[in-house]
This record gives sequence, C-alpha cells and structure tokens, in this order.
Amino acid sequence: MNIPSDLKYTKSDEWVNPSDGKMGLTDYAQGQLSDIVFVEVLVSVDDTISAGDAIASVESVKAAAEIYAPVGGKVIAVNEDLADAPETMNSDPFGAGWLVQVEISEEGDLMDAAAYEKYCEERE
Amino acid sequence: MTDFKLQGQPKVVEPTIYELSTPGRTGVTFPDPDVPRAQLPDSMLRGRLPLPELSEADVIRHFVKLSTFNYSVDSGFYPLGSCTMKYNPKINEDAARLPGFTRLHPLQPIETTQGALVLMYQLQEWLKEISGFDAVSLQPAAGAHGELTGVLIMRAYHIHRGDDKRTKMLIPDSAHGTNPASSAMSGLQVVQIPSDERGNVGLDALRAACDETTIGMMLTNPNTLGLFDEHVEEISKIVHEAGGLMYGDGANLNALMGIAKMRDLGFDVMHFNLHKTFSTPHGGGGPGSGPVGVTAELADFLPAPIVDIVEEGNEDLPPLFGLVSPAKTIGRVKSFHGHFGVLVRAFTYIAMHGADGLRKVSEYAVLNANYLLARLRDAYTVPYDRTCMHEFVAEGRFADAPGIHALDIAKRLMDYGFHPPTNYFPLIVHEALMIEPTETENKDTLDAFVEAMLKIADEARSAPDLLHAAPQKTPFGRLDEVKAAKELILCCWLPEDYGNQ
Repeated sequence: MNIPSDLKYTKSDEWVNPSDGKMGLTDYAQGQLSDIVFVEVLVSVDDTISAGDAIASVESVKAAAEIYAPVGGKVIAVNEDLADAPETMNSDPFGAGWLVQVEISEEGDLMDAAAYEKYCEERE
Repeated sequence: MTDFKLQGQPKVVEPTIYELSTPGRTGVTFPDPDVPRAQLPDSMLRGRLPLPELSEADVIRHFVKLSTFNYSVDSGFYPLGSCTMKYNPKINEDAARLPGFTRLHPLQPIETTQGALVLMYQLQEWLKEISGFDAVSLQPAAGAHGELTGVLIMRAYHIHRGDDKRTKMLIPDSAHGTNPASSAMSGLQVVQIPSDERGNVGLDALRAACDETTIGMMLTNPNTLGLFDEHVEEISKIVHEAGGLMYGDGANLNALMGIAKMRDLGFDVMHFNLHKTFSTPHGGGGPGSGPVGVTAELADFLPAPIVDIVEEGNEDLPPLFGLVSPAKTIGRVKSFHGHFGVLVRAFTYIAMHGADGLRKVSEYAVLNANYLLARLRDAYTVPYDRTCMHEFVAEGRFADAPGIHALDIAKRLMDYGFHPPTNYFPLIVHEALMIEPTETENKDTLDAFVEAMLKIADEARSAPDLLHAAPQKTPFGRLDEVKAAKELILCCWLPEDYGNQ
C-alpha cells in the first residue's frame, strides 16, 4: 500500500497536498472500493468549501461512497478527466486521480503518513 | 479486484435474437385483408426498423434456452443475505389467479368487490397483529417505497404539531443503503451512528447525536449483521426522549414473527416486505409490496386510501367494506391499492400458516442460520460472533491466502451449484459474505452448502486459481462487472437519429 510521506490524510481516507492544495482518495480506500466505475465531482471552480464538505461521489462495482474535503478553501481546479476515466482513481490515486484543488484557507483534522499507515493497519 | 477476466470464450453461447434472424422468415402469416389497403402517409413510415425475422419455434426455443440459464429458488439453495429468498408456495399463485381477483377493476362499485376488500382488510388486521401496530396501509409498492412513506409520515407528524426544526435522521452504519436514500429523498440530513464491538448501535454516539433537530431513527432489527440489537429498548428511549420517532425497517422480520412485536420493541412506524417475509416472488420475479404500519398517534397520516368497514353489519347482513382516507393523510403514494396480486399471495401464505405456523417459520429461519454459523465459524472469520438471528455475516478472506476475495468465494460457490450469498454488504465487515438460509431448507441442503464452503476454504490455499477462474461450470464464466457498470447501452442496433432525441 502506497502512502506518500509529503501528503496529509483524513480518517475518511482522503489525502491533501499541503503545498498545492490538491486532494483525492487514498490508495487504501481505492483498494477497498475496488474498480471505480463512476465519479461525480460535486463542486465547481470558484466555490468556497469547508473541511468535511462532500466534494465528490464515487461508485465502484462494490459500493458507493462520498468523498469529503480534508481542508477548506476556494476551489481553483477540478479534475475534468475523471468523468471519462474514473479508473484513474484506482491506477494513480495520488497523481492523475486527484479530484479537486483548493487555495487552502482552513486546516482540517489531519494525520501525517505514519499516523495514517497505523490507522489503516488497525482496520485490517 | 477483477484482475481475472473471462477465461477464454464462454462454453455455451446462445446468439441474440437479432443474430438468429433470417430475412423473410415469419412466425405468423396474415390473411389477405377483406377491405382495401390504405396508403399510410410517408411521414409516418419508418424506413429502417430492423426487427428480427424468426418462426414461432425459433422464438420459443431461444427464450426457453435463455430461461435455463437462470438460477432460482425453485432450482436450488439461494442464501442471498438480507433478501429472504424463501420458497414461494405454488398455492399463492393459484390464489392470485382466481378469476374473482384477476377480473376485477379497481374502479368497480365497492358492492361488487367485497371479496377483494375483505382480503385487504384482513391482511391489514393480520399485519397489525404480527407487528403490534394500530393501523396499516397496503399501498407502498416495495420496501424502499415503504421506507419513503414511513419517513414522510414521521415528517408530517412533527410538522403537524408545529415542530419544523427536525431535519436529522439517525441511521446506523450497518443499515441498508435504502435508509439514507429514503431520508435524503424526504429532504432530511443523515447522521450515521457507528456500531459498537458487539454489532449493536453505539449508545454513546447515539446519545451525542440526539437533539431537538432529530426527526427520529431508522433501525433494522435484527440488523444487517443478523444480530438482535441488545439495547433496542434503550435506543428507543433515547430517541423518544429527544422527541424523535423510531422507524423500524422490516427487512429482517423473518426472524421475529410470533416472537417479538416491533411495536413492543419501541418502534412507532415500520414497513413490511411482503415479498421477503410473506413469500411472494422477488429478485426479478415480480413486483414487491411494502405495507406500512403505525401507532395510533400516526394513524391519521397514513397514505390514502385504506380499507375499513364503512357500514356495520347486523344479524342478517355482513359489514360493508370500503375505502377511507385518514384525516391528515400524506396523500396517495401509489395508483389504486398497491400491488394487489402480491397482497393475495401474502394473504394466502399467512392463512396457510396461521399464528403458530408463522412463529415456526421464524424459529426455523433462526435455527438454520445458527446451524450454518456453527458449522462455518472455524473455517471463516465471523467478526461479530454471537448467536445470530435469521442470517450472519462472515469474512470472505483468509490471512494465509492473500489473493482470495469474497467475490472469488461467491463465484466458486456457483461451480458447486449454489447461489452465492450477498457479498460486500454490510460495509462494516471486510469482504463480507452475508448468509441467510431461510426456513425453507432442510438439513441435507444446509450440510451440502457447508461442505462446499469448507472445500472452497481449502481450495483458497491449495488451488487458488480455481477460485480466481470461477465459475467454470455455469453457462457463462465470470462476467466483467466494470464493463457492465460502465457500458450502459445494451441494444444490438440503434435508430439512426439516436442521440438527437
């Protein structure tokens, strides 16, 4: 399981990059969901979101899940490519599978990589 | 993970009906018309309508062949957890086909439909007796529709007494997805309540979530882990003290009939799944039916109409049954009187069993599930392992067989001739396999299923490829679930202007 050390994580399995404000779903979560077949991003550029707001809804062959913002701020970009290629969230969750990018103005309740790894192990 | 796609070509391929078409072949020959042929306006003619051309025998053989690919509760064991796939006695079908029922029209004068109305009235009475509630509406068309109806009743009740601040519905993390969906459709906000380590509703989280904005709680009991919530009375008390109402999801009523009444457990409103508990076809085999029962306090809000005695009888005349509208009804939720044919089947089932028989149904459903649990718990991890009700949830994974998932076990069971259990639900169990045998099955069938499950647990270690490649003995191999979810257009051909419409 991949857990990049430069990212921060939530208990609901989202990641955020503190340096550029990009956020998405973790490798652990995409593994639990298995093949993702549908993604709907629920926010648009220029929206202001708070930490904990639902930013996307995803569906896999197993389950449907909401994805929540790890931090708050103004949305500066959304990943338009996911609509046609939701499987990117499986194949490259921390790269091309990013969901939304914000100008961070509100910190959420976040874990570092070591704490998140422990949190994932506890749930196995 | 579906790394393992179809292994080669399917062994049996029945072409589509379009592929079987031969130009000029016909099923029916029409006689020459005895009136002059009319010329249809060109604007009303379609140039291209590629309907298949086949003889009657071609069509019959095609569809009969397709039907043999089906698996049904009439062909074998169907332990699809949460769905209560019990055997549907054939007498139900006889009753539903009685001409006195099939030739009725719902707009006939009530004096001419007394038999149907008495049946509905009696079914309402029986459901009241089974649940302990004071009033029942038979209108909702299915379980989730019953939920929506029940939630709308809860909302109407609060608003009617001038309390419009209640917007939050509490729902345990083990709930069916329909519960949050019904709440969201009613304009409510869902608050998820985590389960505790015994699979009960977490009481501390529940207390913390309850306030003056709580409309109520939706609780399935026994829950989707197949466990009876040990604190159900305490839960009701906490929710009621906050001014909320308790919604009982009747999905798992098959464990309780004649043993516990939902009203006595503290619920204010519930829906019944006639298609699960009372043996009417479902799972693609027929429409459902989700009657709603409520306490006297909520009875005025039931959807209209319900069946009642409109003129008392006397020594010489039976009472006259008719349709009435409750005083503050939320309105109609279904055309006419719900799925009447399903009501006849459920009525027949209840009449056949009687009170003692229904209690036995629940006792055997619980006994069968506990027998399977006892025989499988050493081979499969059962995370909330205590005496279960009508079903239980095991993990479909093994520490020493890391590549094996619940899906592989489910598919391999098909090779052994069984319908797989529900998998990947409830979400709080890793690689969930949810097993509900129902009361239908005898010990021989249960033992055969156990043998298959134990064999599969061995194969997971000794021959994992057998699981990954399963099923091999079914007409078709493993289907591509990703493709099925993403490519939604199933037609063999599309009209030329498709997409412009």
